[in-house]
Amino acid sequence: MNFNFKHEWIETNIGLMSVLTMLAISVGGLVEIAPLFFIDETIEKVEGVRPYTPLEQRGRDIYQREGCYTCHSQMIRPFRDEKLRYGHYSLAAESQYDHPFQWGSKRTGPDLARVGGKYSNEWHVQHLVAPRSMVPESVMPNYPWLLSTPLDISDITNRMKALRKVGVPYSLSQAEYDANVTKFGETVASQLHIPDAQKNLVEQANFGNYDGDRTGISEMDALVAYLQMLGTMVDFSKYTDDAFVEFR
Amino acid sequence: MAVTTYSGAEQYNFDIVKKFAVMSLVWAVIGMFVGVYIASELAWPFLNFDSPYFSFGRFRPVHTTSVIFGFGGSALFATSYYVVQRTCQTRLISDGMASFTFWGWMAIIVLADISYVLGYTQAREYAEMEWPIDILIEVVWVTYLILFVGTIMRRKQPHIYVANWFYLAFILATALLHTFNNLAMPIDLFSMKSYSLFAGTQDAMTQWWYGHNAVGFFLTAAFLGMMYYFVPKQAGRPIYSYRLSIVHFWALSFMYMWVGAHHLHWTALPDWTSGLAAAFSILLLMPSWGGMINGIMTLSGAWDKLRTDPVMRFMIVALSFYGMSTFEGPMMSLKEVNALSHYTDWTVGHVHSGALGWVAMISFGSLYHMMPKLWDTKIYSNRLVEAHFWLATIGIVLYIVAMWISGITQGLMWRSFDEFGNLQYSFVESVVAMMPFYAMRAIGGMFFLTGTVLMTYNMFMTIRQGKRESAALDAKMAAKMAHA
Repeated sequence: MNFNFKHEWIETNIGLMSVLTMLAISVGGLVEIAPLFFIDETIEKVEGVRPYTPLEQRGRDIYQREGCYTCHSQMIRPFRDEKLRYGHYSLAAESQYDHPFQWGSKRTGPDLARVGGKYSNEWHVQHLVAPRSMVPESVMPNYPWLLSTPLDISDITNRMKALRKVGVPYSLSQAEYDANVTKFGETVASQLHIPDAQKNLVEQANFGNYDGDRTGISEMDALVAYLQMLGTMVDFSKYTDDAFVEFR
Repeated sequence: MAVTTYSGAEQYNFDIVKKFAVMSLVWAVIGMFVGVYIASELAWPFLNFDSPYFSFGRFRPVHTTSVIFGFGGSALFATSYYVVQRTCQTRLISDGMASFTFWGWMAIIVLADISYVLGYTQAREYAEMEWPIDILIEVVWVTYLILFVGTIMRRKQPHIYVANWFYLAFILATALLHTFNNLAMPIDLFSMKSYSLFAGTQDAMTQWWYGHNAVGFFLTAAFLGMMYYFVPKQAGRPIYSYRLSIVHFWALSFMYMWVGAHHLHWTALPDWTSGLAAAFSILLLMPSWGGMINGIMTLSGAWDKLRTDPVMRFMIVALSFYGMSTFEGPMMSLKEVNALSHYTDWTVGHVHSGALGWVAMISFGSLYHMMPKLWDTKIYSNRLVEAHFWLATIGIVLYIVAMWISGITQGLMWRSFDEFGNLQYSFVESVVAMMPFYAMRAIGGMFFLTGTVLMTYNMFMTIRQGKRESAALDAKMAAKMAHA
């Protein structure tokens, strides 16, 4: 067999060149991305992680809208200093319902993966309206409109339905609801039921009163509700330090 | 007597090249101005003005989209249409399709910028456009692919010139990346809002596969196409090594797609993925430097041009920054280095040494070469080119040095412990330490922007001069015809 390859074959044939280029650029992505959907160890087996409640999800939408990810990460790395500053390193399981992920790439401000419960609601409201009134050296923009803008809750059902289509276990039917009760318990499952979304949202906002103003539900209510649950779902006292190592 | 028009009979469609070339300068000025503005917001936060529309988080994608897709994208459309016609010695196969890519692309950038300011975003870096804009991009891009490949099919030369290989890889890869990274579920057909198809880890991996290859193909392969045509043209010498360009092309195309996960070191992405990405990042140094050497060595025997030709200087400095960034990148992809550099300003500095030093400088060089030719004249002022060169170079150096210092300082402050084993600094102390460097970065950006404004003025005057010359020529011809 005499196979005498000449690059000239490729560079005189646009069809061949296109096909070979397409092959060359497809391999990397296939090898690195596709297995992540099939390898079981990609996401840790851990208790407590649940989808967002309607109010938290609306808060997350606002977090995205304002581009918080351009300055804040939500991904704690397994280093001693990060553990002391932010808490236990982030698990893949903790962002398994995040469409899209918000791990971020830059810390102009601190990581927020476990900010939930660290500060009071009042602190967050004041800090978002006027960051420098709480932290004089901060360079964060003021977000006064969050407090004055009523939260649009009219399309919450559509939002949850879209998230359900991409895989978040929000329930539409009784069967799906029952499955959620088995998986997450009744309290959580009722929050994930789409037909009750608006009612649940209003109840959580009124009960939590995140923005300190009982006259209505503002965008601030939703954002603070979201921030206050960040990183609080997993009870790390139940696990040893080595429990997650095999997943990394 | 009417002025004769040649447009219908012209050998090449230069009208579309002119449009994109002019718009690339317009987007450069807009995008870099917004860049300087958001850099200033970090140094002087009152500039956010309590306004949702100008706050850093919404404004930052306006900067990235305007410079990457507006300035860079238009420069790529302009040069690829110019190069493919010149090297294939044939006209673009369709003026209508070419025109559609122009108006479509302009609409995309304008719609994207407005939608970010209004709060519509997918919250994925460099892919913030929401789903209706993504669909428009898909349509424009497929048109571009058909137009480009169709024109190559009509070539009068048996060989496809190397610059076109790189443009082809860029068009194919961008189509692939854009399609898979933007899979999303709209909440309603009449709503801009959508949710990503993937979640968490898989979503992060898809995004950075896209994100780094936007750098690899949009901002590198395509600009290498520019390099492979305009550097030999400006130097008046053939490409240094044909063999090296073959190796460069295939190695770069194959390897780039593996490296995206180095953006996710030490995260919840499994180690095997980011480790593999780091290995390929190191390997990638070789084709990158092969390409740089191929470009710089093209000048061998004509080194004096570095002294005499400011346009050549833009190109060589661009290649030098390409070499530097493609060394810095693999170094930052080492897990140990990344542990320090990730999340800090060092990354921002690295991006800008590539984006300003390589992408913008090679584009300026190519546009300085191409625009006078398009309007059939000489550059209006070589002294302004000279001034632009120094403003741009000083601007880049200020920018990168500021970000190196601030990035490494941040990284070290975050991880330092006092004698009792407690964290030595609070987070906000690291913010305070950044302030002089944020100001220095903004000033570096202002230098660079000023250079770009000078270039825009210079090219505006060049175009005017070209139009006057051709009008004078037409008048002379008409007068002669009348006498005859």
